[in-house]
Amino acid sequence: MKPRRFIAPSALFWLLLAGAYFLIPLVATFLFSLKSNQTGKCCTAANYSWVIHNHGFWESLKISALLALETIVISLALFVPTIYWVHLKVPRLRPVIAFLALIPFVIPPIVMVVGLLRFFKGTPDWFYAKPWGFLAGAYVILAFPYMFFSLDAGFRSIDVHTLTEASQSLGAKWTTTLFKVILPNIRSAALAASFLTLAIVMGEFTIANLSAFNTFPIFIQYVNESQGFPAGALTLLSFGITWAAMLSLLLVGRKRGARSAVIAGGR
Amino acid sequence: MLVGAFQKAKGKGYTLENLRVLFNHPYIDAYKTSIEISLVTALVGGVIGLMVAYAALREGTPRWIRSALTTFSGVAANFGGIPLAFAFIATLGPLGIVTVLFRDHGYDFTQHGFSLFTKTGVELAYMYFQLPLMILVIAPAIEGLRKEWREASANLGASQLQFWRYVGLPVLMPSLLGAIILLFGNAFAAYATAYSLTSGTVNIVPILIGAYYSGNVLDNPHLAQAMAFGMFVVLAVMMLLYIPLQRRAARWAK
Repeated sequence: MKPRRFIAPSALFWLLLAGAYFLIPLVATFLFSLKSNQTGKCCTAANYSWVIHNHGFWESLKISALLALETIVISLALFVPTIYWVHLKVPRLRPVIAFLALIPFVIPPIVMVVGLLRFFKGTPDWFYAKPWGFLAGAYVILAFPYMFFSLDAGFRSIDVHTLTEASQSLGAKWTTTLFKVILPNIRSAALAASFLTLAIVMGEFTIANLSAFNTFPIFIQYVNESQGFPAGALTLLSFGITWAAMLSLLLVGRKRGARSAVIAGGR
Repeated sequence: MLVGAFQKAKGKGYTLENLRVLFNHPYIDAYKTSIEISLVTALVGGVIGLMVAYAALREGTPRWIRSALTTFSGVAANFGGIPLAFAFIATLGPLGIVTVLFRDHGYDFTQHGFSLFTKTGVELAYMYFQLPLMILVIAPAIEGLRKEWREASANLGASQLQFWRYVGLPVLMPSLLGAIILLFGNAFAAYATAYSLTSGTVNIVPILIGAYYSGNVLDNPHLAQAMAFGMFVVLAVMMLLYIPLQRRAARWAK
């Protein structure tokens, strides 16, 4: 068989088709965002300044960013010691946890939120009526599969037993071992999990909408319905956030331990 | 949720009534539409995704295209929801850039029965996250097609077509079917994109469930739970199909 030196014509066709399909909506959104809200003509930056000077934008962005931070902190605090413990002491439990981690991945958010709203009905207001309570709880569940698979890969790539024994024989306490020995070794895995969680929380619409909290995606939807052209600017901004989070993830993922490119996000 | 699906609308006690209602109008139609959208986007996305992934991975395609495509797919599989819906409105909506471009050149496809805010529009938008997912999932399987097999079949006098018919496709088939099931579940679970694109008018199950919570038709919350249960059953069946396929696909892994 002759080795092919140039790109095959059929390959070129499919790649161009995919390229057009992926790029045209992005370009169109960009052109859309430059149109003036009054005249519908190109080109103005007014929509961007409308977004930046909008109170609701900053308010909802703040809620989503803080929620993402809270979810990341809670998830790491919960899952890092747990997965460490499982790897060190009870490796038999690993498949069980891996199976549990698949559940939030398989069950659609719309089904999950129905269950959660029912289950937590009647809990105190500081939990049920505040995004920091109910929504953060739901997002920790949503982030669980991504946290688990990323951290699990991280822990598998290091020698947990030797590291722990070495640190203990030097007289380190459990906390010292965890923070000074284990954590730096799984840093890229933890970072990858955090970026993924950030991307999920910043884009999650279903659960926030059904439990009536005012997060960033809810604000975008509100603008979509009420203001045509500024929504374009907002959409690009939101794409930018996803891009930044995912590209950071891919960059971190190049290093040892972190598994790259998993599917997440609110569809 | 599991318990709630079987509870009576008023008072206490358990019943199958909620589930029975699911088989009536309009609920059964919602399931049909949901399944149809998921099936169409999974099959079309699956086939096109396979072609694109193969085009990027095959011999002769420059390396940078491959890494650009996988990086982009990693990001694009995470697009979706509200921003994706708007990007399509800006492209193919009544005032969208492409719509206007065509209209200015004398062809108005909104006059020819196309509307973004229908099932077709939703399917078109879903492809934006279905395609990258397919590319991500199927790429390892394509890379697993060994060059030696190709050379061996060529040495034995097989044509390109014969190679695909007797070697390539049979080896890829379990991964291909598994990936298509994954895509099906992905589209079946989607809510935000369709909700935002059609303002909640397309009749699919997640939107129907959502209407029970965000709207004011809360006469029987157990009905929403029953609908959620129905979705759960469909996805459970999909998972049961997926697991043996996954095992078969692992057979040829290095």
